Amino acid sequence: MIRAEKLTFDYEKLDETGQAVSMKRAVDGVDLEVRSGEFVAILGHNGSGKSTLAKHINAILLPTEGTLWVDGMDTKDENRLWDIRQDAGMVFQNPDNQIIGTVVEEDVGFGPENLGVPTDEIWRRVEESLQAVGMLKYRKHSPNRLSGGQKQRVAIAGVMAMHPRCIVLDEPTAMLDPHGRRSVIRTVQKLNKEEQITVILITHYMEEVIEADRVFVMDDGKVVMQGTPKEIFSQVDRLKELRLDVPQATLVAYELQKRGFPLPDGILSNEELVEELCRLKSKM
Amino acid sequence: MIRDITLGQYYPAKSILHELDPRVKLAATMIFVISLFVARSPVGYGLATIFLVLVIRMSKVPFRFMTKGLKSIIMLLMITVAFNLFLVDGNTLWRLGFLRITDKGVQTAVMVGIRLIYLILGSSVMTLTTTPNDLTDGLEKAMEPLKKFYIPLGPLKKFRIPVHDMAMIMSIALRFIPILLEETDKIMKAQMARGADFESGNLIQKAKAMVPLLAPLFLSAFRRAMDLALAMEARCYRGGEGRTKMKPLKYESRDRTAYGVILGYFLIVTAIERGVQIYGWIVALPGRWMAVYQWILSFL
Repeated sequence: MIRAEKLTFDYEKLDETGQAVSMKRAVDGVDLEVRSGEFVAILGHNGSGKSTLAKHINAILLPTEGTLWVDGMDTKDENRLWDIRQDAGMVFQNPDNQIIGTVVEEDVGFGPENLGVPTDEIWRRVEESLQAVGMLKYRKHSPNRLSGGQKQRVAIAGVMAMHPRCIVLDEPTAMLDPHGRRSVIRTVQKLNKEEQITVILITHYMEEVIEADRVFVMDDGKVVMQGTPKEIFSQVDRLKELRLDVPQATLVAYELQKRGFPLPDGILSNEELVEELCRLKSKM
Repeated sequence: MIRDITLGQYYPAKSILHELDPRVKLAATMIFVISLFVARSPVGYGLATIFLVLVIRMSKVPFRFMTKGLKSIIMLLMITVAFNLFLVDGNTLWRLGFLRITDKGVQTAVMVGIRLIYLILGSSVMTLTTTPNDLTDGLEKAMEPLKKFYIPLGPLKKFRIPVHDMAMIMSIALRFIPILLEETDKIMKAQMARGADFESGNLIQKAKAMVPLLAPLFLSAFRRAMDLALAMEARCYRGGEGRTKMKPLKYESRDRTAYGVILGYFLIVTAIERGVQIYGWIVALPGRWMAVYQWILSFL
């Protein structure tokens, strides 16, 4: 579905005359492959290049070196630009700055309108996508009156209405409260499972990646770790080195392990931790 | 206080006005505004009042939403009224030093005041019952004939009026008015919390106090604009070409009725104003005839 080969991107800093004075390598030789229908999470602290990478998938940024293919289309191919953007939709961080319409349903219809979809079909798609994110009863509302989580779900519906095969979410929950965060992540998981949409979730909240099929960890423009959430989170020391948090349950298990309790690696959720501790207790 | 500006804020409700074609509402607002300038007599104003009240009742928008829009123009209103009150010539009613109020002054001041208030109310009805998208769709469609005109810039380049782009710019501006107002409020409070003073001092000091408010506001507006442009492009926006409409504009019977109603209203107002004039003319008629008669007689 998405394949990157030696993807490199430099931000140029220009002076007043438009001359490049300095370069900052934001993405540095990234190789990555995401299969169709997968739920992939990309982790990394601020400035690790994860958002820059995300913007390549939507062809908002074009690689300085290397190539990125979306569904077999090279993002540098200008003739396919709109196909790529239709195929790989993007949800951004700030919910206010990506809603174009003044009524929820108008905003969801914006994408299909741009694609030249016939009117009847637009209405069908709008209804379908709002249903999929659970926002159908808010269709006539003004986005200004929705909560952050609801706005993000509208934004997701706006992307879904373009019938993409893949959604890239660039820190969609960074500006939300815990409740909104949960509702957005649950929506994304549902789309991934029920509609087989490929999801690329960029985040720095560890709790959100537990359910992912695979996790990539980025640091300083490079992919430094990859694997299933279990594989990643069993390396607590390495994550700490990268200035990343680990889920609370994992951390507790890790500290207990260090103090000599025989717990298995890679405990991710509270439930798992409780279960393992109970098992341990019954053995004692 | 800064959130009180309602212009450009859609009020969702179910009413006939909400469902009307935006072109009808645009035209009706324009005609209503013209009618305000046609009306000179109390009868004309009475008609405009009745019309406005009926329309506001029909819109199902709470009246206080409309009056909120008025608060923002209160300064302008007061200045206009004061100028008319003190500067129009006529029979002096009251005098204090160089200030004097004349009967004509009072008349024009009241008239201009009412005119301004009705103007804001009338356009508020339109913006409150029409989503900005509808509004710009209407504008775009109404301006469509303009697309045919162009200014040739050399043999290959033509400057066409960017009707779609203009409409899009307007709709986005309208969408962001409430957001930016909220932001202004937030920045103001943040600066006030750190000791900024927006209230006291003379005009120049007040203007200076606005700098720490405006600079961050502009900065954030630009950042928002960048984000929004990105989001629009990510959703395949590429101008008006090849774009379909979710809500294509089509006149229906209620739109034709509405055109009829507004035109009827306008004709009645004009007729009444004319009538008032003609009545005056007829009243003056015998005198005129006498003058003509005497003029003819003078030749004999």
